[in-house]
Amino acid sequence: MVTLVASFGLMLSRGWRWSLSFLAIQYLGVFFFVQTIWPISLAIVKLISGLIVCFSLATSQESKASFSNPEISWPQGRLFRLLAAGLILITTLAIAPQASNWLGINNPGGTWASLLLMGMGLLQLGITTQPMRVIIGLLTLLSGFEILYAFVESSALVSAMLVLINLGLPLVGIYLLVPENLEKTR
Amino acid sequence: MSAPLIWIFIPTVFAVMIWIIPNERLVAWLGIGISLILALAAWLLPIETPLNLGNWSIKITTTLTILGRHLNLSSTDQPLLIFFYSSLCFWYICSRIAGASHKHIPYGLLIITLLISALAVEPFLYAALLIEIAVMVSIPLLKSAKHPPGRGLMRYLTFQTMAMPFILFSGWLLTGVTAGSGELSLISQAAIFLGLGFVFLLAIFPFNTWMPLLATETHPMALAFILWILPTVGFLFGLYFLDNFTWIREANNLSVILRASGLLMIVTGGIWAAFQKNLQRMMAYAIIMETGYSLIALSIKGTIGVDIFFGLLIPRTFALFLWALALSIILDKNSSAQFATVKGMGRIYPFAASIIILSHFSMAGLPLLAGFPIHQALWEQLGILSINGAILYLVATIGLLMGGIRTLAVLVTITNEDGFSIKENWLQRFSLSLGILLLIIMGIFPQWAAPLLSQLPSMFNHLGK
Repeated sequence: MVTLVASFGLMLSRGWRWSLSFLAIQYLGVFFFVQTIWPISLAIVKLISGLIVCFSLATSQESKASFSNPEISWPQGRLFRLLAAGLILITTLAIAPQASNWLGINNPGGTWASLLLMGMGLLQLGITTQPMRVIIGLLTLLSGFEILYAFVESSALVSAMLVLINLGLPLVGIYLLVPENLEKTR
Repeated sequence: MSAPLIWIFIPTVFAVMIWIIPNERLVAWLGIGISLILALAAWLLPIETPLNLGNWSIKITTTLTILGRHLNLSSTDQPLLIFFYSSLCFWYICSRIAGASHKHIPYGLLIITLLISALAVEPFLYAALLIEIAVMVSIPLLKSAKHPPGRGLMRYLTFQTMAMPFILFSGWLLTGVTAGSGELSLISQAAIFLGLGFVFLLAIFPFNTWMPLLATETHPMALAFILWILPTVGFLFGLYFLDNFTWIREANNLSVILRASGLLMIVTGGIWAAFQKNLQRMMAYAIIMETGYSLIALSIKGTIGVDIFFGLLIPRTFALFLWALALSIILDKNSSAQFATVKGMGRIYPFAASIIILSHFSMAGLPLLAGFPIHQALWEQLGILSINGAILYLVATIGLLMGGIRTLAVLVTITNEDGFSIKENWLQRFSLSLGILLLIIMGIFPQWAAPLLSQLPSMFNHLGK
């Protein structure tokens, strides 16, 4: 339920504070699913890295409420996003048991959460060109993948490298938003 | 001392050190020097054979172990290291002549070391993670200093990132297949995930839309580097799978799928190139076609397909970097690369215009140019396999040639009666003239690259033999 609310919230929210709050809640959901498979000492890494991601993204934002660089792509309406997210929800609910069976994962709930996050991530990537939104979309997609991958792979080094990628993506997003004059003064 | 230490870790440390240095000229020369030394070292230093220097004896080992994982670079990888580092050196020289930002140097070195480590790492599933890190490092290289990040850059990041989960998941499934527990369904799952991963990684149609978009958003030298190194490493990574998994190599439909994908890419690329009105996008479509040619080459069974695949690498590298250099020189004084803007530029930048045309025609496989011998061999082999495929190949090539002829017409159009007024500096004139000679000499004497090309396939145990 936490994952569902967070992913829907991320789809519908426009202000960066709300978006990053939902992203943080989403990482809490990821932690919940991963800790059912991995030792809690390893699973907590997902939560901590997720929170670092949210903090680093938050520090890059200006004081204004919405993300810098206005969204120029369509559609922007909340109703459209809600309907699209609803479709993802229904689709993932329908295919989760079969997918779980197909992949040999004995946890339909975890598979559903994973597919939902991946679907929501793809949806976000499909309807935005705004750098920070794209980064959040990619992080959502990777969060979904990480739940699924946690079921099959428990290597600490793979986990560490995934954390590195999770931390690298917001840095890329922040770099893309750095004003040119600031970059030249380096 | 180990080979990964020399060709992966030392360059990585250098990349970080160079990044801190503010002097542009020093950074450029350091980059050129380091890449040249690494290429020479790969050529001269033996791996796993003691090297006697007076009373000293040094032996370079193949493996470096980090946190229980291995990085392996053996003597069979040395031709590849020579190719990568000498190409990097050539790119640095072109970037310097083009007046590209000095930040290209450390990022280029870092990206190439990350991608070499992706090819060297065991177990192989870490390669997908290393490639993703290289993609993230490439963003500062690709971000334009003039414009905010555009759709092409975001799409590039998205599609390349999406490759990673598929390859990681297929890695897990392949472990099951290798362990012998896999039945037919497991093999098909692994094949689907692996296929999707490589479709994203290699920017195979329809996931190549970022290429022409990115071409207009970034510096031509940066674009050329990324569109050279990522597909090259992606293909080598793919060849690793073909080499190590017999069931993939001997799959009935693999050849047909590779050929169909390749033909689709060259035909769509060729048609778009024929009607293109932007020089930067034109280059991107030529590179899309190059990926298609490589796919077609790999669809040819036996060693000949692999030989053609490797044979395509050197002419492509030269043509692409020279094309990007010439484009950078023209774009330095022009706001865009639209045909309307660059009309008559051949009279102001005759050397750069000549290189653009010759590189374009070389990539189309025009006789007497660098790309001709290998394109001719590829077309011949394709004709043996499928006559319809050969006809489509011809259509695609005509499309790319039409794009080249249109570019030529635009560049030499007389816009006023002033005649020639050359604005390239002497260094540019000299280097571009050398480039013209290089493209022609490589077309007439392709055997000069044979010593390197013949050794490249030896890095694979089954494919190269």
